[in-house]
Amino acid sequence: MQAITAESIEKKRRSRSILVMSILAVLIFTTFIISMNTGVIKLTPKDLIMTLFGQGTDRQELVLFQFRLPRIVISMLIGAGLALSGCIMQGITRNALADPGLLGINAGAGLVVMLYVSYFPTTANVPVFFLPMLAFVGAALTAFLIYVLAYKKHEGIMPTRLILTGVAVAAGISAAMIVLTLRLNPEKYQMVATWLAGSIWGTNWKFVMALLPWLLFLIPYVMTKAQTMNVLNLSDATARGLGAHVSREQLKLLAAGVALAASCVAVSGGIGFVGLIGPHLAKRLVGPKHQGLLPASALVGALLVLTADTIGRWAIQPSEIPTGIVTAVIGAPYFLYLMTRTRG
Amino acid sequence: MSTRSNKTRNGSKPAEADTAAMNATMQTSSVSEAQQSSHSYHPAFSGTATTTPSSHAPIKSRPIAATVVLFGGLIALVLGLFLSINFGAADISFKVVWQAIFQFNPELTDHQIIRELRLPRVFGGAMVGASFAVAGAIMQGMTRNPLADSGLLGINSGAGFMLAICFAFFPGLPFMSVILFSFVGAALGAGLVYGIGALAKGGLSPARLVLAGAALSALLSALAEGIALYFKIGQDIAFWYAGGVAGTRWDQLQVMFPWVAVALVMGIVLSRSVTMLSLGEDIARGLGQRTGLVKALCAIVVLILAGSAVAVVGAVGFVGLIIPHLTRKLVGVDYRWIIPCSAILGALLVIFADIAARMVNPPEETPIGALIALIGVPFFLYLARKERREL
Repeated sequence: MQAITAESIEKKRRSRSILVMSILAVLIFTTFIISMNTGVIKLTPKDLIMTLFGQGTDRQELVLFQFRLPRIVISMLIGAGLALSGCIMQGITRNALADPGLLGINAGAGLVVMLYVSYFPTTANVPVFFLPMLAFVGAALTAFLIYVLAYKKHEGIMPTRLILTGVAVAAGISAAMIVLTLRLNPEKYQMVATWLAGSIWGTNWKFVMALLPWLLFLIPYVMTKAQTMNVLNLSDATARGLGAHVSREQLKLLAAGVALAASCVAVSGGIGFVGLIGPHLAKRLVGPKHQGLLPASALVGALLVLTADTIGRWAIQPSEIPTGIVTAVIGAPYFLYLMTRTRG
Repeated sequence: MSTRSNKTRNGSKPAEADTAAMNATMQTSSVSEAQQSSHSYHPAFSGTATTTPSSHAPIKSRPIAATVVLFGGLIALVLGLFLSINFGAADISFKVVWQAIFQFNPELTDHQIIRELRLPRVFGGAMVGASFAVAGAIMQGMTRNPLADSGLLGINSGAGFMLAICFAFFPGLPFMSVILFSFVGAALGAGLVYGIGALAKGGLSPARLVLAGAALSALLSALAEGIALYFKIGQDIAFWYAGGVAGTRWDQLQVMFPWVAVALVMGIVLSRSVTMLSLGEDIARGLGQRTGLVKALCAIVVLILAGSAVAVVGAVGFVGLIIPHLTRKLVGVDYRWIIPCSAILGALLVIFADIAARMVNPPEETPIGALIALIGVPFFLYLARKERREL
C-alpha cells in the first residue's frame, strides 16, 4: 500500500507529460516524413533518403531543400508559436476562448505587414528580417486598441466582451485591407489575397531565419515563466497573495504572447484557431500545470499546422488549399463546441 | 441641459448623452455615473427591463417623426437614385440620362449603359438595402437581441456557402433556383447558430451568440473557399464575399422582386406582432398573441429577405445592424413605423455606399461590403459596450 502523496501525484503527472510529449514528437516526426513525400512532384521514400544524403538528382534536391523543407520547418515553427501565444492568452485572461486570431491580433499584424509589402516598391527584395518587427508593431497597437475598447470602468475586462471586441476589430481591419488592396496592381493583389487566406507564403530559408531568432528568444522566456503563469491562473487576489506582481507579470506575458503571434503571422498570414485548439488539446493531455502545458501546447500546435499544411498540399493536387482554410475547418467547429460547454 | 452637462463632466460619450436625452423627461437631472454605466440602449429591448433602474422610461412612439422620416427618406431615395444613375465611369450628361430613361434609343451606347448597367444596379441596391435592414429590424425585435444582424448571426455566410455549392455542382442554373439555394443556406446558417445557442448551457447571451455567428461564418466561408478553389470558381465566389451591386442584371431583379415585395409586405403586416414580441414573450402571450406562429412567420420573412439579398449582392453585413438602431432612435419603439422606415433608410444606405464605392478609387470599384463594414464595426463596438446583459 502506497500512500497517495502530493509528491507521487506530481511524479505521475511528470511521467505522463513526458510520455505524451514523446508520443507527440513521434507523431510530428511521422508527419514530417509524410509531408516531405507529399506534393506534385513525387519523391519515393528511397529517393527521399538518397536526396537527404546528397545522392539525389538536382531536381530532387531543389524540390526537397528549397521548397518542401523550409515550408515544413516554417509550419512547425508557426504552429508552436501560435499555440504558445494562445496558451499565454488563455492563461492570463482566464478565458477559455482566447486565441490571437480571434482577438484580432493577427489581423493587426497582417495589416501592417501588408501595407509595407504593398506600398514599398521593393517586392523582389523585401527585407524579410524586418517583417516580424513590423508585425509586432501592428499587433501591439491592435492589442492596445482592443484592450482600451473592451475596458470598462468598474467592470474591467470581461472575457466575452474582450473576444467580441477582438472579432469586431478584426472585421474592421479586414475591411480596411480590402479597400486598401484594391489599389494594388494585380500581381501584388494576388499576393495579398493568398496571404489573407493564410497560405504559408514565405517558403524559403530566409523566412525561417527571420522567424527563428524571435522564437529562440521568446519560447525559452515563456517557459521560464511557467510557474508565474500557474499562479496567475488563479484569481488576481490569490496571485497577489502568493507574492506575484500581477499586473507587471501580465503585461510581460502579454507582450511575449503578442510578439509570438506577430512574428508567426508575418510569415504565415491569417492562420486562425491554432492558438485556440493547441492549448486545449494539450490541457486534456497533460493537465493544467504550465510546466507541462506550455511545451505540450507548442508540440500540439506544431503537429496541427504541419498536418494542416500537408492536407492542404495533398487534398486537391495540383493546386493547394491555403493552410488557414484547413485550420478554420478544423478549428471553427471546435470553437463552437467549446462555446456550448463553457459558461460566460 | 443639466443632464447633458452632468454627463460631460463624467466623461461619457456624447451619443450616450443623446440616448439619455431621449428619456430625459423621465429621468432625474442627477444621473449618477453608476446608473449611467448600467443604462441599456433602450429599456424596452434590454430584456431585463423590469430590473433596470430606468425601467420606468416611457416606451414611446413618435408618429410625426416617423412620417417625416418616411417622406423625407423617400425624397432622399429618389434623389439618390438619380445621383447614382448619373454617376459612373462613363461620363454621361444628365440630359442623356433623362432621355435614356424616358425616350430610350437602343442605338446609343450611353442609353445602353444607363438601361442595362446603371438602372438595375441602383434598383438592386435599393432592394437589397431594404431587405437587409428589415431583416435586421425583425430579428432584433423578435429575439430582443440588440446585436442581431443577418451578417453577424451567420445567415449571410450560410447563404453564401450554399451559393458556392450551387455554382460548383450545378453551374448555369437559372437565377430562380439560385435564389432558392440561397434561402436554404440562410436557413442553414440561422439554424446552426440558434441550434448552438440552444445546446449551450443556460442559453447564449447576445454577445456570445454573435461569437458563435463569427465562428460559424469562419467555418462556412472557409468551406466555400475550399470548394471555390477545388472547382476553380474562385472569381465568382470572391465577388460574393466582397459584396457589390455592380453585376446586378434585370433578370435577377425580376426573380428577386416578387420575393422581396411579398416579404416586405408580410413584414409590415407582422409589425404589430413584432412590437408585442419586443416587449417580451410573456407579455405578447398575455396579450393574446400566438407567439409560436408569429415567430415562425417572422423567421420565414427574415430568411427570404436575407437569402434573396445575399443572392444578388453577396454577404454584406451590418446594414441590418445599423439601420434598425438608427431608425429606433428616430421614430421610437413601434415596429409599425420601424419596419417601413428601416426599409427606406436601408435602401438609402446601400445606394449611397454604392456611390461611394465608385468614388473611392475610380475607375475601380470598392466592394460595398467592406465600405459598410468600416462604418458598421465602430457602431457594433459602441453597441457591444452598452450591451449589459452579456456575460
